[in-house]
Amino acid sequence: MPTEVTQPSDREVRVVRTFKAPRQLVWDAHTKPELVSKWMLGPPGWTMPVCEMDVRAGGAYRWRWRSEEGGKEFGFFGKFIEVNEPSKIVHEENFDPGDMGGPMSSEPAIITTLYEEANEITTLTLTMLFASKEIRDAAVSTGMTDGMEIGYARLDEMFKQAA
Amino acid sequence: MQATERLDLTFAALADPTRRAILARLATGEASVQELSEPFEMSQPAISKHLKVLERAGLISVDIDAQRRPRRLEVKRLEEAVVWIERYREIFEQNYQRLDALLEELQAKPAKRKKKKD
Repeated sequence: MPTEVTQPSDREVRVVRTFKAPRQLVWDAHTKPELVSKWMLGPPGWTMPVCEMDVRAGGAYRWRWRSEEGGKEFGFFGKFIEVNEPSKIVHEENFDPGDMGGPMSSEPAIITTLYEEANEITTLTLTMLFASKEIRDAAVSTGMTDGMEIGYARLDEMFKQAA
Repeated sequence: MQATERLDLTFAALADPTRRAILARLATGEASVQELSEPFEMSQPAISKHLKVLERAGLISVDIDAQRRPRRLEVKRLEEAVVWIERYREIFEQNYQRLDALLEELQAKPAKRKKKKD
């Protein structure tokens, strides 16, 4: 099942994805820094030089990515609000623009991640709640890389869904 | 209108399945309100409400000179919104494909996994 992204309200983004793995493993992959830095890299061409995570209520984390071309960095940081192994994490996410330009986020987004297992498939549901519509829309629009070509194929897909 | 405001309206406009279906119909050619109402079990006033939302978002335009006042799809505006969500989704998908590979690796090494449990 490919990743699904929806907008359940004007301040939220929801990401849903299934994995052929036990819940505990998917949980580990999201909470152990040595595993997180192996996959949470964004588009190709980025490394993750900083991945610090103190996974407990009140614990802090810091993620930083670096572009292999040009060496620019940006990241996210914040605190864990709720940690309920292996089913739920709630954490706050502050955007640090680093070298990319733009302001640091004034208010963190609240991210709720649910891990559910059935028939050896784990479903990950990630809901991001932003402080406002504007911040939500800005976050979605910055998830872009230069040079990515999107053509009418995407529109066709969307229209197929509408039919 | 600011770019983020416009994007707001675009996302809200696209959130409704009837409006997406209207856009799909207009992608094949312009149409009047009457022509657009036909496939839906919906009154013309109800369709007009949806059309107003789409017009405010700039996703469709009205040719007021023609008597039929046909609506036209503003393709570039639609593509912008679809593009932004799609690019965002692709970043997650790229991460999760790497995670798929990592999970497969972790499950393929039972000896290593036992070690981790201890």
